[in-house]
Amino acid sequence: MIEFLAMGGHAPYIWGSYGVALVVMVAELALLRRRRKTLSLRLQRLARLGQEDRGDSTQDT
Amino acid sequence: MAEQRVQWFKFASPPNFYDLSGRLAPWFAALAALLAVIGLYIGFILAPPDYQQGNSYRIMFIHVPTAWMSMFLYVLMAVYAAIGLIWRIKTAEAMAKAIAPTGALFAFLCLWTGALWGKPTWGTYWVWDARLTSQLILLFLYLGYIALHAAIEDRQRASDASAILALAGVVNVPIIYFSVVWWNTLHQGASITVTSAPAMETVMFAALMVMTFACWMYAIAVVLWRARLELMERERRSAWVVERMGAEKP
Repeated sequence: MIEFLAMGGHAPYIWGSYGVALVVMVAELALLRRRRKTLSLRLQRLARLGQEDRGDSTQDT
Repeated sequence: MAEQRVQWFKFASPPNFYDLSGRLAPWFAALAALLAVIGLYIGFILAPPDYQQGNSYRIMFIHVPTAWMSMFLYVLMAVYAAIGLIWRIKTAEAMAKAIAPTGALFAFLCLWTGALWGKPTWGTYWVWDARLTSQLILLFLYLGYIALHAAIEDRQRASDASAILALAGVVNVPIIYFSVVWWNTLHQGASITVTSAPAMETVMFAALMVMTFACWMYAIAVVLWRARLELMERERRSAWVVERMGAEKP
């Protein structure tokens, strides 16, 4: 096992590559999940605020 | 023919796209995870060390798929951008915008893993050779696209302006691909081409292919998820969004 992890002296390069790849992909998924939650909360608040807001196209943020 | 066209337009309508992509994306994500496990098993357990490079060559199984993905995704982004620009199809505009961050992620990973492979193999993390430099430009094109989109307030104008940037940048993709042929680069030439047998062991080639499919599945899943959010934000005042919001818990 130790021998496997050592990768014949190339451990920092190999695990540095795969580790960072895993981290950024998990981060991307986490960010998407958070964005979805924030958006759905905002949309539900908007829906509760009433209908008069709908059809308004001046602001698009 | 006419029927087929109707089908495509049906899929392109935001509510249909939203529903279908929501059902498909989890499957792509699951497939990505499964393929990654299989690919890593082949690449790390079954494949032997390289007779010259030892174990460092195993970085190839992440480096090459991310390189391919960063180029494929750029072309795909430009195609969607063009469709949005010409036919004003909202779903296409949302897809183009949704691809950019994932493309940038793959371009970054390609450079990162390349640097970490370069050190034990070439003795340096970075050189300004044509392949590495044009790949760095690809990352900047993605970032420029994202920044331009974010900088323009009006959504339609942002979409149009960044679409033109995306299209102009397409010229860089063949430059990356052929850079190893056109110039004398430290980076090696292609080991896998359409016209000849792969210049590597079958088991290594298998690991590389499985990892490439894993990256594709991952990209499809996250891009679909992001495109749904884009559409929901854009169309938040239309009935279909309001309807679906009521059915979901936050």
